[in-house]
Amino acid sequence: MTTLETPALKVRGLQKNYADFALHNIDLDLPTGQIMGLVGANGAGKSTIMRILIGLIKADQGSIEVRGYRVPDGQVAIKREVGYVSDDMRLYKAQTLRWHMDFIKSIYPDWDEAYAGQLLKRFDLRAHQVLRGFSHGQRVKALLLLILARRPKLLLLDEPTTGLDPVARIEVLEALAEVLRDEERSVLFSSHNTMDVEQLSDTITFLHQGRLVASQDKESFLSSWRRVVCQGQCHDALLERVRAMPEVASARNSGSIIELKVRDGGDIFQSRLQQLGLTITTVEPMNLEDIFVTSVRAGGSQ
Amino acid sequence: MSDQIFFSSTDNTPMYSQIMEHVLARVLIGDWRPGQALPSIRELASASRVSVITVKRAYLELERTGVIVTRHGIGSFVADTQDLPRQLAQEEFDTHLLGMLRAANKLGMPAAAVTEVVHNSLASELTAAVPEKQATKRK
Repeated sequence: MTTLETPALKVRGLQKNYADFALHNIDLDLPTGQIMGLVGANGAGKSTIMRILIGLIKADQGSIEVRGYRVPDGQVAIKREVGYVSDDMRLYKAQTLRWHMDFIKSIYPDWDEAYAGQLLKRFDLRAHQVLRGFSHGQRVKALLLLILARRPKLLLLDEPTTGLDPVARIEVLEALAEVLRDEERSVLFSSHNTMDVEQLSDTITFLHQGRLVASQDKESFLSSWRRVVCQGQCHDALLERVRAMPEVASARNSGSIIELKVRDGGDIFQSRLQQLGLTITTVEPMNLEDIFVTSVRAGGSQ
Repeated sequence: MSDQIFFSSTDNTPMYSQIMEHVLARVLIGDWRPGQALPSIRELASASRVSVITVKRAYLELERTGVIVTRHGIGSFVADTQDLPRQLAQEEFDTHLLGMLRAANKLGMPAAAVTEVVHNSLASELTAAVPEKQATKRK
């Protein structure tokens, strides 16, 4: 039985090997009612993870539970309760959007016609237009409509905002925000645009070259990373000592000004900098993009 | 439908503190009166297109500063305290004071010089402020 306590996703030690790419030991936890943003450059493994979760690809190793159902044994239930949207899904070009809506409606008893009508308006789509005439953005929105109106308990959205113009992007994000009104529904969405992820996600997961760089709740993520600027007599030995501090992910200097990006820039760290003879002039939060790039470059997970 | 947070697209202030500011403003303006129920975390998050965890953090901080109270299982309410504006003014004062001390440090001003400057500007502020007050009284 799936309850609010059953996690939407629980992944342990997921492994998948290809000739030229591999997913290494991926752990994921998504509690029900939350949104997780999967951030990574192209080729990081975001789509592969989604395809494994929905059962399109088989994992080589690891245990995967989706809404309490084991993959792949629980396939039938998973396909019923999970909505998956990806850019490579094809729609029938010669048919209208209405035809597609009726088709999905005939398969999924939970189809919500009133909600579908609202989404049509929100996305500014015409139900009786054939798909051939749809722009890229309209096609993405049509796909989302077809999935959202089923009211799936878990949404797996592979790059839902990529390639959309700013107006369409906001429309899609608004539709996602609406999903979160229901505490039983959860979302995993991937993007290489950290801005989209930053606003909506409860949990952020960074993926780089098939490895998990970090997976943490967004608020503690954003509040632990800091950009620290300090001044002092800067020589190589000092810079080396600063770089050796475990919190420091990046350190560079321009003359006597030193800029640090640190995983935990709290009081203890600051007093240690002062002990090295440095005067701190600025301590400020970093945005997700900066944190992502910094942690990927630093190469380590925390 | 009007309960939603407006976010700046250029302000670098973290979202949770923008939420705090918004809630505070509505409390101070009197939109939300002492004892009144606030929108639920999930409601406000959804309407503002921001994650639940961010609104939760803002509410926690607002609770810690005594602006709101949360009753578990029921919801969050505006606190009954009356001295909120004073407390906020105090915080503002502390921030500015800290900023001034830092700037003084940059200038290498000794403590005596700082107190002298404060003393002098207090004196001129006061002499400027007093007649103004009397003028308004006479009206």
